[in-house]
Order: sequence, then structure tokens, then C-alpha cells
Amino acid sequence: MTVVETGSSERVTGKRLLRREDPALLTGEAKYVDDIREQGALYMALLRSPLAHAKIVSIDVSAAKKMPGVTDVMSGRDLQSEWVAPMPCAWPVTQDMKNPPHFPLATDVVHYVGDAVAVVLASDKVAAVDALAAIDVNYEALPVVVDLEDAVSDRILVHPSLGTNKCFVWKVEPDNDKVDQAFASAAHVTKNRYVQQRLIPSALEPRGVIAIPHPYGGEYTLFSSTQIPHILKVMLSTTIGISEAKLRVIAPAVGGAFGSKLNVYAEEVLALALARKLGKPIRWTEERSENSLATIHGRGQLQEIELAADEKGRITAVRVNIIADMGGYLQLLTPGVPLLGGFLYHGLYDVPAYSFSCTGVFTNKTPTDAYRGAGRPEATYAIERSMDLLAKKVGVDPAEIRRRNFIPPEKFPYSSVPGLIFDSGSYLPTLEMALEKVGYQELRKEQERRRSGNSRKHLGVGISSYVEMCGLAPSKVLGSLRYSAGGWESATVRILPTSKVQVVTGTSPHGQGHETSWSMIVADRLGISPDDIEVLHSDTAIAPHGLDTYGSRSLAVGGSAVYLATERVLEKARLIAAHRLEVSVEDLQYKDGSFRVTGSPEKAFALSSVAFEAFTAHDLPEGVEPNLEATVSWDPPNFTFPFGTHIAVVEVDEETGATELLRYVSVDDVGNQINPMIVEGQIEGGIAQGVAQALYEEAIYDEFGNLLDTTFLEYLLPSAAEFPSFELASTVTPSPTNPLGVKGVGEAGCIASPPAVINAVVDALSVFGIDHIDMPASPQKVWTAIMSSQGNGRKVE
Amino acid sequence: MFPASFDYAKARSVAEAISILSSVEDAKLLAGGHSLLPLMKLRLASPSMLVDIGSLAELSYIEDKGDYVAIGSMTRHHDISSSRVLKSEIPLLPYVASQVGDPQVRHRGTIGGSISHGDGASDLPAAVLALDAKFVVAGPKRERIVPATEFFVGFLETVLSPDELLTEIRVPKFSGGWSFQKFNRRAQDWAIVGVAAVNDGGTRVSLVNMGPTPMRARAVEEALADGASIETASSKASEGMDPPTDLNASSQYRRHLAEVLVKRALTEAV
Ligand SMILES: Cc1cc2nc3c(=O)[nH]c(=O)nc-3n(C[C@H](O)[C@H](O)[C@H](O)COP(=O)(O)OP(=O)(O)OC[C@H]3O[C@@H](n4cnc5c(N)ncnc54)[C@H](O)[C@@H]3O)c2cc1C
Repeated sequence: MTVVETGSSERVTGKRLLRREDPALLTGEAKYVDDIREQGALYMALLRSPLAHAKIVSIDVSAAKKMPGVTDVMSGRDLQSEWVAPMPCAWPVTQDMKNPPHFPLATDVVHYVGDAVAVVLASDKVAAVDALAAIDVNYEALPVVVDLEDAVSDRILVHPSLGTNKCFVWKVEPDNDKVDQAFASAAHVTKNRYVQQRLIPSALEPRGVIAIPHPYGGEYTLFSSTQIPHILKVMLSTTIGISEAKLRVIAPAVGGAFGSKLNVYAEEVLALALARKLGKPIRWTEERSENSLATIHGRGQLQEIELAADEKGRITAVRVNIIADMGGYLQLLTPGVPLLGGFLYHGLYDVPAYSFSCTGVFTNKTPTDAYRGAGRPEATYAIERSMDLLAKKVGVDPAEIRRRNFIPPEKFPYSSVPGLIFDSGSYLPTLEMALEKVGYQELRKEQERRRSGNSRKHLGVGISSYVEMCGLAPSKVLGSLRYSAGGWESATVRILPTSKVQVVTGTSPHGQGHETSWSMIVADRLGISPDDIEVLHSDTAIAPHGLDTYGSRSLAVGGSAVYLATERVLEKARLIAAHRLEVSVEDLQYKDGSFRVTGSPEKAFALSSVAFEAFTAHDLPEGVEPNLEATVSWDPPNFTFPFGTHIAVVEVDEETGATELLRYVSVDDVGNQINPMIVEGQIEGGIAQGVAQALYEEAIYDEFGNLLDTTFLEYLLPSAAEFPSFELASTVTPSPTNPLGVKGVGEAGCIASPPAVINAVVDALSVFGIDHIDMPASPQKVWTAIMSSQGNGRKVE
Repeated sequence: MFPASFDYAKARSVAEAISILSSVEDAKLLAGGHSLLPLMKLRLASPSMLVDIGSLAELSYIEDKGDYVAIGSMTRHHDISSSRVLKSEIPLLPYVASQVGDPQVRHRGTIGGSISHGDGASDLPAAVLALDAKFVVAGPKRERIVPATEFFVGFLETVLSPDELLTEIRVPKFSGGWSFQKFNRRAQDWAIVGVAAVNDGGTRVSLVNMGPTPMRARAVEEALADGASIETASSKASEGMDPPTDLNASSQYRRHLAEVLVKRALTEAV
């Protein structure tokens, strides 16, 4: 099953090692940006627009400048000369994509509530915040676009200079005639419209930044609560014209991100530019409500999906049209997010005809961008909701409709019609295992008993089978999708003179446990203890190359680079050992920390001795350089495709509309597992986040573009008390894409769970003739649906 | 979020607290701080001074007084929820206290703070209303006793004047059925609608978050007194109420919930 070569007789990978990261995090020893002390730093605060769309007539900062503790107050116009380029969007998805200029501070027009217009610098945090109220901005309100269909109509323009609200239209249309024919001759057709509500990522630690100039060295250090120190360094230098060679970016402990810190933000750009301008350290920590407005949102789509199927319910075509909400401007990856799902609306089903079209639109709202799952939760939700509706049309059980359509194992690697190659998969076992684990037949009986017994608490069971695509990504493919960077990852493995090992990775963990997992990979290959391995990351001075952490890429791409760098170090060590043992390299075997001569195992040379030899360099073989170190930049040949089946069991109280999640079963296949405990942690967090989308969370805007739920009082982030214990299981189908056989697990949970939960809620409500409910399925929404259902609140048979 | 700047004094006695309140303009009492501080951080309140009475030992007690139990106003929700006397004599109250917020809130928040705040969405005010409690109020000149039914006057408004301090809550013992129904989304949330019912010969019902103050469901109580069935009485749950609309619930949905929850409460209590 495992493809990894090991140099150890006792394997570390596959064990539930406790995370080495946790003691520092749990005891408060770990330092987040806001914990870092910096003498003489000025505190920055931003004045944000209270209007969603307005002309800035004038800004008067004179009174604010006189406030106690205030050093300086500047408007967007005051700072316009600081920028050499607008803030970056790295994913111009089409040739003609519209990208309005976006600067850290708006100068003439604000485009969403929260768009910053002025900045205060003061000697302490509170003085900076207090001075904001003294800035006098004169706005002239402009008409506002909130609704996505309204945006498409171009009735009101967010950016009049673009002439339209449509940012781009992006299509995957391999053969539209074939799609049309399939629909013309279909025995069953479903056509549905779903709302992907906007979500606020809500990382536990809001964003924060400290920019420190070293005026006499002409250099800068930037601490940021970011997922992407490397990308940030490149982008900051091109946006404000500081030489990349003079900029060091460090991501210290980062308290969660979920994609919301995969960006280049106005505050990072401002802090660095102001540090340059004033020659003083500048610091900023986001407030919680500020986070709801000024950090990207996730999702925000209107989806229309049609399925064509034959009599048996086998799908013959999928046709999808979506409108995706960009918000007021494009952030780093905004337009690319829907694309990441654009190839996957047929789910894990063998579908011969496919058509996808996405229209990105501007609205007067906070910009959207990648949020855990980025595009794949949306795609999975659309197909998995529709599978249930198709099952109903065909008159078969939701489990059966999936069985009839799964891509069969013999078709792997599977070339999908939209153009991907699914690396490996065995889908049916995950469904059967999940059904068995949840006790599906028994639940159906219980459901029937309740229905015939006139219970007012209805049982619902929802299935969601999913495949997703992660391990971002083959650089060539990214290039063909017009993405501005590559998808490789870099790793260095360095064996120190005392034979301790340093691993340098270009990934930037912020909760994923890379230090633990990477040390396990290296420990296995070298046959040494993980305790002797140190993992360094998230500082561009220590780890100069990297493409950071997002898109469930780190293990598949970065972990593989670590593995390959270990191999390469071992090759060099083998040369030195062979030289000292006076045998040829082919005669050596490596196990448990020593090279041994095949056939005469008493002739051995320990890795620790090699390490010292490489250091002293007294007697190295011809042409071999001192030091034991190797660096690998690895570009994956393909994406990886994790999959699985989740089943949710809910109880819906018909009198109140309340949904209780009773049970949640998941069977996931993420390929080989380096540390199953970390895998489970990722799945559990993901499930909770997806259930939150299904039942609780929504960024709610009023017609004027005001975000109404900017605190956790209104924005319903659920807590552990709202969940049952999840029942997890897995199958293992190694990926042939990378040397570790791993797939990736960071997002799977939240990709699978929203449709599982909504399918369950709708299953429970089917007694009322209800066949859909949009997320979040709040009690009021469910109650309203029951009251306005076919039977006006009564059961229909 | 930062509050506007303010002065702070830690009172050593009730008398000292009252004397500061009488002499400093815009001074406010600080109990557990779990309602006041959020308001200050949102800058919906900016008192000039906080007079901290949260740790005054003389105000933290639960005492059996024969036909009632006296509770010091600075008694924490947690102490109420775990009080043996209350569990045996007035079991509704510790149960309600156990449903407030989360453990952190219950270890900081006080019953006196909760009642003085007078929030129609809070649980304990509605509970003491259904229990026909009386409040002891100390002021610069005299002490007065106010029945719960006369205490709450409007949105975050009570009969307390700025220089008065609620010292004690007197809750009559009862023997009979009771129920507390709290409908919310997350364990730590305030009620979208809540119902407290006490059946002690007669039946008293009060509602959480159905108006600007905690409300007695008089129509329900009267219907029951006239011999109506639970079904009929609970259908009057929102009579005379003007429940708020917010992101969780429309006014209409609140009315519906009130009926469902009153029915459940009466079924349990009566
Ligand atoms: C996250 C969270 C969740 C919560 N959930 C709930 C819930 O589910 N249900 C619920 O009922 N409550 C809830 N609360 C509120 C909590 O119960 C508060 O503790 C309570 O409402 C106020 O009590 P306090 O002691 O904190 O008062 P403070 O906040 O200190 O004071 C409140 C007000 O009363 C005044 N005051 C305080 N003591 C006196 C006194 N002795 N005499 C006169 N005036 C006084 C103060 O000046 C202030 O105006 C929640 C709070 C939080 C933060």
C-alpha cells in the first residue's frame, strides 16, 4: 500500500504523534504578531467608509492631527505617490478581465463599507483609534449594487469607468452540441438554483502587521499574520518599489487563516510604505469587527445547475451557469476562486458531456477571495444537492443514484470531460462503508416510524459523496489558467555536524502541524528520531524559496519536496560512506542510521560519522563538496484528488423549525496518512466549518450595502457545544502523483459537509413536500418553508 | 474595540459606592461587567467613572429566610446554578442561571447586574418576574423594596435612579411545577424567545425577548385562571406583546415561537 521508501525498521509515519507545535500554542508561549514588542513603533488605525458607494468630496484631517498622542494623519491622496503599482491581483482569468485600480486607501470613490480612506499614526493604540472620530470626511452617496443579478443587469455600475459590472466570463465548454443533445434526449432532467451565501472566514487571530525599517542598513523586516510570506515579499516589493533583496518577511505564530490570510492587504502595503516614509516601525492589529469588513469574505455565488440523465438515472450531461460575487475590487486571487470548482461540477460521477460558465461581477461589498475549499465546496454542493433531486425524479434511493454514477475504479487515471486527470480513486467503498457505519437501513425505518407515528420531530439523512482537487499545483497547468505564479515547492534538508537535522520548507504552516509531519517524513527516511529533526519555515531569510500554504498543497507538494531533498542528501552521504568503507556505492544499504556493506553487515558507517566527515572535509571523495545538504524544488506532475462520503443525520423540529445535528459519519480517502491524528483534526475542523455554512453562518447585507453581522453576537460562528462527536473512518488509495502517495486533507471536511447537512434537512422536510432550502437553514427559514409549503404546514403524502 | 477613557474606583462598601455615585456625574456601577463593558467597547455607553462593586463580599450570599431566599446582588450566575438551597427551594432559578451564556459568563456575571441592566432578552430578569421576587434597593437617603412586577419600565430602563444600588433579591419559595424553555441557536446565545413558568396553585408565566422588558404573559395566566386548556391558553402567548425583529427572528416568528414554547412550558409545569 505504501510507496514511500523507508530507511527505518520502525516506521514513524502512520503514527499518531502528538503535535510538537502545541505546547507553545497552548501555554501562550507562541508569539503572534500582536505579542511582538517593538520599541518606538507607531500604531496605525484606518478610517473606513461607512457608505458602500460614495464619492469622497473632501477629507479634513486637521482636527485629528491635534489629538493627543497623534503623530500623523494622512488621506489616500496624501499617500498616492508611495505606490508604484496598484494592489495586485495575481489571477487575470481571461485576456479581457476587468480589474479596476485598487490602492491601499481610496482617493476619489469608496466601493464598499470598510474601504479605507485615511490612516492615523499615534504613539499608542487607543490614541490612534480615538483620533479616527476626529477626521472629517465629506461623502456624496452614490447608488449601491448588492444583489448579484442586479449587478449582472448593469443597472447601476460599481465602477462606471469599466462600463459594466461584469469582471469576466469564464467557460469550460468542451462540446456544447453534445451537451444540448444529451438534454434533448434525456429521460430525466433536473434544473435548480442554489445560493452560496457569503461567509466571513473568522480566523481566531485577526490580521496584524509590523513593518520595521533599518534605516542605516536600508532594509525592512515585515512581520505579518499571513499564510504567504514568500508571495507577500514579491508582491510588496513590486507594489511599493522596495527592492526584494532588502525585504525580509516573517510570519510568526499565525492563529488560523482558512484562506483569509492568503492575500496582499492594504494594511501590509501601508505599514511598509509608512515605515519607509517615516523611518519608524509601524504596527497594526485588526479589531474583530474590522475583520468582518476589511478581510476577504468567502463564497458568494448564485448557481444554476442542470443534469440530464437516462431512465436509470445515469447522468448524460451537466450544465452549469454561475454568477460569482467579486465584491468592490479584486484581491489577490478573487477571480480565480470559482475556477477551482469550475472543472468539478460533475463531482465523482462519470459524465460524458459538460458545460460550465461563470460570470464574475462587481458589487459594493467586501472583496471575496479564497476561503477554505475555494470553489470546490460550491461545486460539490451543487452536484450533491442535485443528485438527491435526481434520485427523487428517478425514484431511487439517494445512495443508489450515486452507485449508478460513480467513476468505476478501472477507469483510473480518469480523464474527465472538463479536462482533468483524476489520479486515483475507489469511490464505492467509501459510500458503502459510510452507509454501514451510520446504520442506514435502520435510520430509514426509524424515519418511517416517526412519520407514521405523527412525530413532530422529523428525522433526515443526507449523503454527500465528493471528490476534490488539491496539491496546488503543476506550474504548467497554472500557467494555462493564466495564474501569475507557479505551483512548485522548495525544501532543504541539512544534516549538521552533530548529525542533528534541519529541514527548511517553503510552506508556511498556520495550524496544520507541518513541523510534526515533516519531521516524521524525514525521520522515516533517515531512520532517526523525529526529535533530532528541526523544521524551519515562514521566514524569508531562513527559507528563501517557497510558495506557502493554501489549497491543501503543503503535504502533497511541500512534503514531497522534503522527502526528495532527504533522498538527495542520502545520496551524497552514500558517496562519502562508500569512500570511507572503500566499497562502491551499490554495495551499501542504508538502515536505521547506518550504511552497511551488503553481505558483511559488520562493515558499517554511521550517518552521524558521515555528517562529521562532511563537516571536517578532511577526506572526502573526489569531486564531493563539504557539508551534507540538499535543496529540491519540486513541481508536481498533477493535482491530487481526495474523495469520500459523508452522511449527516438531523432532527428537524416542525414546530420551531430548529435543526439538530444528531450524528455525522465521514469516510475520507486522502491517500497515505503521515499522521492520522492530524488528518482527523483537519477533517473535524473542516466538517464543523461546513456545517456552519449549512446551518449557521451568513454575511448579511442590507439594501444599502451595510454588513449587519459584524460581531459574533450576530454572526453565528458555532462552538463545540453545537456538534455531536463526529464518527470518522478512512480508506487509503495512494496517489501516484507524488512520492509520498499522499493527497491532501486541509479542505475536504468543509467541501463534503454542507450538502450532507442540507440533504439531510431537506430529507426530513420532504414530508411537507419541500425539495430545497437554501443555506443557512436557520430555524426561521425552515419554519417559513414549512408554513408556505404545498400542504401549508401539513404533511403531504 | 476600545471603550472611551474613564476613571475607576473600587468601592469598599455599599455606602461608599452610593456616595461616589451621588458625587460623580455619569458614574456607573460595575458588577460582572458582562453587559456594561461590551456596551462601552461599542461606545454605546461612555460613563465617566466605573464604581466596581463586583467583589463586595457583603453583596454575595444566598440565605434561607424561611418563606423566601435572600440573594445578594453580586452573587454570580455560577453560584446560583450550583446552590443547594436554591435547588431544593426554588429549582427554577438555578436552572435558569445554568442556561445563561457560557461558563466564563456565568463565573463573572451577577444576578444583580443582570436585573439592574433590565434587558428584555435576558433570562434571569424574566425568571424573577415569574417568581414574583422583590428587590431591595439602597440609595443615599433610604432603602426601598420594589416588586419585580414594578421594576422594569422600558428598554434597558428600570426604576433605579443613577445613585441607587440593588442590594438583594428576595425570591419566595414555592412548591409545584416549573419550566424554563430557552430557544436559541448556539449554546452561549441569548434566547430568541424564552419562557419561564411557575405553577404554585396559580400559574405565572413570563417571557424573554418578546418586548423591551421581560414580560408577564398576562393573557395566558388569565386564560388558565379561567380554566382554559393549555392549548387555548398558549395560543394567547403573544397577546399584548410587540416582539422585536432582528437577524435571528422576525416579530411574527417570535410570536409563533412564544406560543410553541409556552405550550411546552405549561405542559411541563402544570
Ligand atoms: C457572551 C455573553 C453571553 C451572554 N449570554 C447571556 C444569556 O444567555 N442570558 C442572559 O440573561 N445574559 C447573558 N449575558 C449577560 C450576562 O448574564 C451579564 O452578566 C448580565 O446581563 C449582567 O451582569 P453583570 O454582573 O455582568 O453586570 P454589569 O455588566 O457589570 O452591569 C450591567 C448594568 O447594571 C448596572 N448594575 C450592576 N450592578 C448593579 C447594582 N447592584 N445596582 C444597580 N445597578 C447595577 C451597571 O451599572 C450596568 O449598567 C451574556 C453576556 C455575554 C458577554
